[in-house]
Amino acid sequence: MTAANGTPMVLAEGVHKRFGRLEVLKGIDLRVDRGEVMCVIGPSGSGKSTFLRCINHLEQINSGRLWVDGMLVGYRQRGDKLYELRESEIARQRIGVGMVFQHFNLFPHMTALANITEAPLRVKREPKKEVLERARALLDRVGLDGKDDAYPSQLSGGQQQRVAIARALAMRPKLMLFDEPTSALDPELVGEVLDVMRDLARDGMTMVVVTHEMGFAREVGDELVFMDGGVVVEAGPPREVLASPQHERTQSFLSKVL
Amino acid sequence: MTTTSRPRAETGEAPEDIKAIPVRHPGRWIAVGVLAVLVAMLVNSVVNNPAFHWDTVGKYLFDQRLSAAALVTLQLTVLAMFFGVSIGVILAIMRLSPNPILSSVAWIYLWVFRGTPVYTQLVFWGLISVLYPNFGIGIPFGPEFASFQTVNVVTFFVAAVIGLSLNESAYMAEIVRAGILSVDEGQTEAASALGMRRQQITRRIVLPQAMRVIIPPTGNELISMLKTTSLVVAVPLTIDLYAKSREIALSLFQPVPLLICAAIWYLAITSVLMVGQYYVERHYARGSSRQLPPTPLQKLRMRLSGLRPPPNRQPGLPPPSIQRGGEAAGGGP
Repeated sequence: MTAANGTPMVLAEGVHKRFGRLEVLKGIDLRVDRGEVMCVIGPSGSGKSTFLRCINHLEQINSGRLWVDGMLVGYRQRGDKLYELRESEIARQRIGVGMVFQHFNLFPHMTALANITEAPLRVKREPKKEVLERARALLDRVGLDGKDDAYPSQLSGGQQQRVAIARALAMRPKLMLFDEPTSALDPELVGEVLDVMRDLARDGMTMVVVTHEMGFAREVGDELVFMDGGVVVEAGPPREVLASPQHERTQSFLSKVL
Repeated sequence: MTTTSRPRAETGEAPEDIKAIPVRHPGRWIAVGVLAVLVAMLVNSVVNNPAFHWDTVGKYLFDQRLSAAALVTLQLTVLAMFFGVSIGVILAIMRLSPNPILSSVAWIYLWVFRGTPVYTQLVFWGLISVLYPNFGIGIPFGPEFASFQTVNVVTFFVAAVIGLSLNESAYMAEIVRAGILSVDEGQTEAASALGMRRQQITRRIVLPQAMRVIIPPTGNELISMLKTTSLVVAVPLTIDLYAKSREIALSLFQPVPLLICAAIWYLAITSVLMVGQYYVERHYARGSSRQLPPTPLQKLRMRLSGLRPPPNRQPGLPPPSIQRGGEAAGGGP
C-alpha cells in the first residue's frame, strides 16, 4: 500500500541501540505509512523486538532519530538541541501506540473486563459507562463475548492474547505493535489470534508485526522486512521477498523456516 | 495401540473402579500409641502439680486489669504494625527508586534500625524528651509558629509506638521489596505501554500482585510484634499485658499462674490474628489460582459430604464466575 499522504506513522533514521557494549541495532532506516501493515522477520537476536520496543520508548535509542506520527519519540527538539521528555510526557506519547507482547502480560489480579477498562479509566479518565460499553464491544469483537469476569488464569493462551489485543485497542491507538504475538501459543490456538489481527488490518489499522508466521506476512502484510545482525537486510512486498529473496542471508533464513 | 473393547462413549457404561486392599501402616499406629502415653503423662503432670496454681489462673484470667492490659497490647500491636507497614512500603519504594539519593537514604535507615536491638531503640525513644525538651513547627533555621514540650506530646505510649513502628518498618521494607521484585517485569512494561505512570503502575499493578508474597511474612511480623510489645517496659511503659501480669504476680507472690494467664491471652490474640491472615491471603489469591482455597467452613462441609469439592454456590464465596476455571482450555501461566 502506498497511500503515503501526509506524515508517515513511523519513521526511523539511523536508529542505533546498545546494551552496554553490545550493539543490537546498527542503523535502522524504516518508514511505515498510515494504514500499512509491516511485518518484521529475522533470526532471534537480530534486533527486531528491540526495534519494536524503541518505537514506544520501552527502550531508549542511542543515536539516530525516531518519529511516531511526526513526533520525535522520547525527546523534544528545539533548535538543534534535544531535550529528554519527562515521564508524564513519555506516558502521553505511549497512549497513541498499542502494544501486544509475546507473553500477553495481562494483569492476573484483574478480570478480562478490568484489564481492558483499567487504562481508559485511570489514564484517560473517560466516563465509566462509556468505557464499560466499549470494553464489552471489544471483547465481542475478539470473540470473547461473555468472558467479562474470567481471570487470565482461567483463559487459554489464545484467549489471553485476544484479551491483550482488546486491552490495547481500548485506548484507541493509531498504531499497534505486535511482538511475536503467537510465539508462546499452542499451534492450534495461533489461528484465532491471527484472525483477530487480520480483521484489524482490514479495518485500516497501522501495524508493525514482529512474527514468525510467514503465511500471515504474505497474506496480510504490505511490507516485509528481514532483519539480521541489527540491520535491515532486505525489505519489500512480502510475496516478492518470500518468493525470490535477493540477499543471500534472507535466502538461507527462509530456507530454514519455510 | 490396539483397542480390545469399544470406546466408552459407544457403550455408555462407566468403567469399573479398581477394588484393592489398601496398604497397612502398623508403624503409624505404634507412633500414635507412644505419643498418646507421652501426652497423657504431660497433661497429668501439669494438671496435678499444685505449683501451677490453676485456681489462681482461673481467678485472674478475666481480671479486669488483665483484660485492660491485653487491650493496650493489642493497640500497641495494631498501631505499630500500621505505621510499620506504611513506612516500610515507602522505604521499599525508595530502595528500588532509580534516584541514588533516595535509595541510599533508605539503605542507611535499614542499616541503623535493623542493626540495633529494638530494646535499645525503645529506651532511646523513652529518653527523647531529655534530648529534645522542646520542638517547634516553623521554617528551618527561621521563625517558629508553634512550640511544644516534648514530654506532653511524646508520652510513654507514643514513644513505645514510635519505637516499635520505626524498628518494624525496616523489616517490612525488605519484605515489601521482595514482594515487588517477585512481580514479573512484563507487568510494568505492559502497564507503561498503556500510558500508565510509574506511581499508578506501582499502586494499581505491582503492589496488588506483590501482596501475595508480602502477606505471609507480614503475618509472621504481626504475630512477632504482638510479643515484642512485651519489651515496652524499656520505655518504660508498664500498662501492657506482660508488665501488668508481672505486677499482679509480684503482689500475690505467685509468678507462675499469672504468667500462664498472660500466655493464654497472647495465644488467644494470636489465634484471632491468624484467622484474619487466612482470609486476607485468600482475598489476594484472586486470579492467581483457578479456584480459591476453601474457607474452613467449606472444608468442613467437604469432609462431611464425602470429600467432594463444594458446588458453585456457597455462602461467603464471591460470585460463581470466579470458579468457572474448569471450562477453560489449558495454557494458563
